[in-house]
Formats: sequence, structure tokens, C-alpha cells
Amino acid sequence: MADTALDKALDSLEAAVAGVRDAVAGLPAAAETAGAAAHAASDGVIDPFVFQFAIFVLAIFVGYYVVWSVTPALHTPLMAVTNAISSVIVVGALLAVGISASGLATGFGFIALVLASVNIFGGFLVTQRMLAMYKKKEK
Amino acid sequence: MTPGFAAFLYLVSGVLFILALRGLSHPTTSRQGNIYGMVGMGLAIVTTLTLTSAGWGGFLLIIVGIALGGGVGAYVARKIAMTAMPQLVAAFHSLVGLAAVMVAAAAIYAPSSFGIGAVGEIHAQALIEMSIGVAIGAITFTGSIIAFLKLDGRMSGKPIMLPMRHALNAGLGIAIVVLVAVLVATESHGVFWLIVILSLALGVLIIIPIGGADMPVVVSMLNSYSGWAAAGIGFTLGNLALIITGALVGSSGAILSYIMCKGMNRSFISVILGGFGGETAAAADDDIDRSVKLGSAEDAAFLMSNASKVIIVPGYGMAVAQAQHALRELADLLKEKDVEVKYAIHPVAGRMPGHMNVLLAEANVPYDEVFELEDINSEFAQADVAYVIGANDVTNPAARDDPSSPIYGMPILDVDKAKTCLFVKRSLGSGYAGIDNTLFYKDGTMMLLGDAKKMTEDIVKSID
Repeated sequence: MADTALDKALDSLEAAVAGVRDAVAGLPAAAETAGAAAHAASDGVIDPFVFQFAIFVLAIFVGYYVVWSVTPALHTPLMAVTNAISSVIVVGALLAVGISASGLATGFGFIALVLASVNIFGGFLVTQRMLAMYKKKEK
Repeated sequence: MTPGFAAFLYLVSGVLFILALRGLSHPTTSRQGNIYGMVGMGLAIVTTLTLTSAGWGGFLLIIVGIALGGGVGAYVARKIAMTAMPQLVAAFHSLVGLAAVMVAAAAIYAPSSFGIGAVGEIHAQALIEMSIGVAIGAITFTGSIIAFLKLDGRMSGKPIMLPMRHALNAGLGIAIVVLVAVLVATESHGVFWLIVILSLALGVLIIIPIGGADMPVVVSMLNSYSGWAAAGIGFTLGNLALIITGALVGSSGAILSYIMCKGMNRSFISVILGGFGGETAAAADDDIDRSVKLGSAEDAAFLMSNASKVIIVPGYGMAVAQAQHALRELADLLKEKDVEVKYAIHPVAGRMPGHMNVLLAEANVPYDEVFELEDINSEFAQADVAYVIGANDVTNPAARDDPSSPIYGMPILDVDKAKTCLFVKRSLGSGYAGIDNTLFYKDGTMMLLGDAKKMTEDIVKSID
């Protein structure tokens, strides 16, 4: 009983590895590749969204433990840096500006690009400025 | 670059962002962490650029956009005063919110660029994810603007209470959900913009009834929202870097909100429903002796230079008066006289989490002299002087002793246990919460009336 379950698990693991290999070798859809790899591994039964959602849920847990370990003295830099990294939304803006067919979409993408750039540069630099001020007692 | 390899690189950049937050567990590792964050961001941008295969025109536009935004961001980051950090963070949150709305708008007008179908045939799932991102993004945008205006003093910190506001907010929320369903069915651009407009209105309505003293919670909450908005867009684009970052930022903001609420002993719901800080001071108990002992800078100088241990308790008033540098001078002088000096920080001191720590760091106070409430509270009993500068409600003994007080149960710094409590304040008025501080009338308390910076400078002069 346990053996068959183990075999099954090993089989799906192999399938997943094969899926990832296929994906790295090049699948057409850029965006959902990670999901698609897993999608292939599960014989197409499970939607790629489920895998993205799994990553999302796990990242929430990672965030939970990582953020609790942040020292309260650094909570302000934490807010500044989370603000900077949430500007990774710039990837959407870049896609819109870079390959958009529609003029309107390029326009919206450009606005998003400028706003996100303000945040990326502003957020990281102000965090760096703050962190540079934290000093230990001189002996 | 193959799309599979690109997805892998996005994952790497997500992991670098996790390391960036991990670095903040200690000041010595934090700078390294920030560099991880920058590398992660650079990686995500370069990966996306290789995927877009933009023509020269597209590349030029991208470079102009990054230079424009980056220039503004770098300028602001260098010039901003540390005391204005809460406003700045609120303003930055609003930008993330608006960027999320704009990316979603681009996606609905040119879905093929994002691999989510063609115009009129966008996958239903992508539309749902997109509308979650756009609604939260729009709420974050206007909510953060209101928070910015309140923090920057361009708008009164008093709660603005509309009649029927709960019904109004609930109605707007339901309308947005219904419109999302209509959008999924029709993919109408008009409905999309209607969702944007209603969410913008909801953002304003959610934040205006929240008072100035609750801003630390609001700023943290908007931090969290900007993360969820990014995650929503991340699902639309199927981008792992965005999904991971959204989850990280969302949970980070939520945890900070929780810490802030706990610091005030209030439930998150009661903060969000708003209205706190609007009432006038509660009628004071008559059985307390309401005489106040006033002191001068000379008295304070004498007490402090003869003390063996002084604990400094900074609050928002220190930030307003820009007194942190004078305070550092005072501490240096005392240390020369072999007085032990420590700083005690309440979780909700200031207008955002960790606000006081940054200001003290700016004034070159070593971080190992600065302590959190639970680490230092027991030391007040052995301290000769507690120097309270610009803090008020977080030292009010009523929170500990008087069950009828509106702030009863809130953790406070036990400054009244020190032999003498020197309390710097402009006047004898009540604090932000509008509650009378019983500390003022205690025997061991000496009130130093005046501006926090000027008073501290006068004490420094008297010690010299």
C-alpha cells in the first residue's frame, strides 16, 4: 500500500522534472510557463492557476516568518523597501510599452512605467539612505 | 531567451526580494539585503526587456520613462527630510496603486501583449484577477493620497464622519463586485473604468474617518493593499516575481498593521471603522489632585547631571520640533558625566512603524542604546530620570490603572516608576487621543513647558 503510494509520488516527481525540462527547452506561452510545466506534469488535469496560487500562498507564509523576524527598529526601512519591491509591477508596464499594438495601451503602460520607476529609484535609495544611518556604539 | 528560462529568472528575482526582507532582521545585514533587492529588481527588468523584443521606438520610450521616473525618485530620495518619511511612504504607496490601475488598463486594451487572449476574448480568469488588482490598486491610490495629505498637515488629522458612511461603503463594495461580474461577462471598457471610479471613491471614503493618531495603522494597511494589488496583476500576467512580491508585501503590511493595533490595544476593525481621536477630552476624575509641578531647564539640568541613569522617551512631538539632534547632544553631555543613557521606544510612537528609530539614527544615536517597550519597561524603576519628549498618550498611567479610560489596556512605558519624570510639552493640553494624562499630576512628575527642541537646547546650556 505504502509502496504504491511512494511509487506514484516518484512517478509524478519524474513527470514534474520532465515538465520543467520541457518548459526550459521552450514552450510558446511566456507568461504561464511555470504553471504550464506543472500543468504538463499533471496530465493537463490541473489548471496552471493552481500552481501559481500555490506559490502565492507559500510566499505569504515565507513573508509571514521573514517579516516577524525584522527588528522593530527597522520597520520604517521595511516599509520603504517593500514599497520599492512592489514596484516590480514595472514588468507589466514594460510589456505594455514594449510590445503593445494599441496606442492607448502604450500610453497607459508609459504612465505606469514612470510611476513605478519613481518608486523603484525613490524606494531603494531612500532605504539605503536610512540604513546607512544605523550605527553601532563607538567603542 | 526562452520563456521557461525567463520564468526561472523571475523566480530568482522573487527569492532575492525575500532575501532583501530577511536582511532587515539586523542593522548590520540590512544594507546587504537592500542590495539583494536592487539586484532582484534589475534582474526582473532586464528579463522583461529581453522578452519584449521592442523596436527602437519602444526601447527609446522605455528609456525615457525610466529616466524620467528614476530621476524624480532619486531626487526625492536624496532631498526628503527624515521627519517627512511617513508622508513619503504614503505617497509612494499611491504610486504603486496607480501603476497597478494603469497596467490593468493597458492589459484590457492590448491583451495580446500580455498573452491573455485577444480584445473581446480575454480569458474570464484573467479578467477576474485583473479587476481585483485594479480595484485594490485604485483604493490604494486615493486612500494613500488622503493619508499623505493628513500626514503632511495639508488636511486636518480630525476624522471626517459622513452620515451613513458604513452603508455607503458597503454599497460601493457590493457595486464593485457586481460590476466585476458584468466585466467578466461583457469585457466592456466602460464597465472597467466604472470599477476604477467607484474604487477611487471607496479609497477616499475608507480613509477620511480615520484620525491622525491612527495613521501608523493606516500607512501599514495601505502598504499591505499595494502588495495585494501587485499580486492581482501578477496573476493576470502569470509573473512569478510579481506574485511572490505581492504576497510578501501584502503579508508584511498586514503584520505591521497588527503590531500597531496591538501597540494601541485596539482591534483592526475598530481602527478601520474610524472615528477615534475625534472626541474631546473626557471629564477628569475629581478625586485626583490636579496641581502640576512646573520646572525650568536649570532644574532639569541639575536632576539629569546628578542622575546615574536617564531613560529618554521620544514621541511624535520630537519629530515635529526636529529635536533629535539637540537630544543627542544632551545624551553625549550626560555620558561624559558618567550618566547611563538609554532610549525607550513605544511601538506606536510617531506616525509610522519605526519612525522614532530612524530619527534617532539620523541624529547618530547608536542603535544599541535604543530599546523597544518590552525590553526596557522594567528598567524605569531603577532609573533616576525619565525624560519624555514629545510623547504623551503612550506614557499615560490611566491606560494601566483606570478601566474607564478609553485607552485602558494599551501597553505603556512605565515612566511614572522612575524617580523623577521630566515631561517636555508645549502646554498642558491633552494628546492626540484627546485623553487627559494623569501622569502630569503625579508627585514625581515635573512639567517642562516649551518647545521640545528649545527646551532640550536650554538644558544642554545649563549643564555646560
